[in-house]
Amino acid sequence: MSAVIEDIRLQPAMVVDDVVKRFGRGDELVTAVDHVSFNVQQGEFVSVIGPSGCGKSTLFNIIGGLLGDYEGSVMIGDERISAPHPAVGMVFQEESTFPWRNVIENVAFPLELQGVPKSERMDRAHHFIDMVGLASFEKNFPSQLSGGMRQRVSIARTLVSQPKILLMDEPFAALDEQTRLLLGDKITQIQQELNQTTLLITHNLTEAVQLSDRIVVMTYRPGKVKRIVDIKLPRPRTSDVVGSDAFGHYVAEIWNDLREEATRGMADSESAAARRGSHG
Amino acid sequence: MAKSASQSSSQPSFFFRYGPEITGLLALVGATLVFELLVRIGVVNRFVIPPPSDVILAFERVVVEEDILGRTGATAFEMIIAAVASVVVGVPIGAALHRSALWRRAMEDWVGAMAAAPIVLAFPLFLVLFGRSPKTIIVMAFFHGLAPIILKTIEGLSGTRKVLINVGRSLNMTSSQLFWKILFPSALPVIFTGIRLSWTFVLITVVGVEYLINLGGLGQLINELAERYDLPGTYAAIFFVILVSVFFFILLERVELWLRPAR
Repeated sequence: MSAVIEDIRLQPAMVVDDVVKRFGRGDELVTAVDHVSFNVQQGEFVSVIGPSGCGKSTLFNIIGGLLGDYEGSVMIGDERISAPHPAVGMVFQEESTFPWRNVIENVAFPLELQGVPKSERMDRAHHFIDMVGLASFEKNFPSQLSGGMRQRVSIARTLVSQPKILLMDEPFAALDEQTRLLLGDKITQIQQELNQTTLLITHNLTEAVQLSDRIVVMTYRPGKVKRIVDIKLPRPRTSDVVGSDAFGHYVAEIWNDLREEATRGMADSESAAARRGSHG
Repeated sequence: MAKSASQSSSQPSFFFRYGPEITGLLALVGATLVFELLVRIGVVNRFVIPPPSDVILAFERVVVEEDILGRTGATAFEMIIAAVASVVVGVPIGAALHRSALWRRAMEDWVGAMAAAPIVLAFPLFLVLFGRSPKTIIVMAFFHGLAPIILKTIEGLSGTRKVLINVGRSLNMTSSQLFWKILFPSALPVIFTGIRLSWTFVLITVVGVEYLINLGGLGQLINELAERYDLPGTYAAIFFVILVSVFFFILLERVELWLRPAR
């Protein structure tokens, strides 16, 4: 019996197995994601990092079930993801709060869809608003909040459904570096408090190292897994870790992997711009 | 001294708070005085534009002698029926056209042309179809008010940010939930722009057709006063229509504020 429990505990929360996604057809066929495989353990924080154009967002959409037509499999338990799954809660890169709802109404929204009674959903929403540090802003509308606060509302709205896996696509991309570090602290604190399995898609090196247990480094187009790096920084972790030698070592190590890919990506963008210029 | 400085820095001055209103009012009073002067010294012919003071005095006569309340009621009734009908019919048509790319592309230009068409001039046709009755005025105003609402509903729904739709999809929302809980509230500000345009068209059409066919409320009053060559009374009636329209749009603003508290 204990062996069965141990097996369940060791079973990954999510398995990404040999995923391939192509767009277009004929001569214009583009492989965005090319035989990508990795898994995410229960309670683990994994980041996928790569240069622009490496298929990170495509992978995000596949795992979130927004792109159902792909080869390979993304498995949660015994289920293959081909549509949005209640076990996966998504936080998007762009600001995604509903401007016509105040903070608590935004956060309670998924519970409203599930038909949870009003008093219960308000209690649960209040708990998660408190967790992201916005307790005194419950009645404010998004237009009255800063960009970082709005992203925290989005995170609380995703957490309120208590998803098995929190899937985030560069949620702090539009924020300044200091806010990003502080929100990183908040995310780490929540992840540790809830033992929340988290998959972060990012192109930000320091953010990935600050938050993750493992980092999946992707190549430039077509997006393949170049390397998976274990981040053995101590937990519980705060943004103080960015000043440590070990942190610097990890950033340098991953940048060595990424530099070549980012250079290829930049050269590709420049030649595409030159082609557009010569046609124009 | 220090106390007054701290007071002035913590509270905005009276003029800073009410500056726009005071400036607007002063501009109106100034323009009225200039007109009064131009008419009195003979630069402007008083048989074309009466002195503003005569117009102000004519207000009381128009209100007391010309059954202004009854006429306002008649005009308001026609306006409200046409305005509400244009919203009730226009928004669903806009939503239906938004759903079908083929129909949208087929109809959008026609609806745009309808918005620009001077429907008021088609009153003889409507008179034949509906007779010399308020029905004619309501139907014409309804058609004139319909197009902006259809166009702005399509624009508002199409302009919904993709990320909001993706949030809905990630939460496994049905298409009906997606429409009522995301697309429609997101489109509401643009739809209200359409309603404001529409209601302007409705008001113009109602008063215009009342004037043209000499039937009903305030438009007919303007017509009668003009035919009697009672110029101060005519201008007083025109200003009364302006006041009614101001009231109408304040009402719309209140409704918008109630529906969209986060503006």
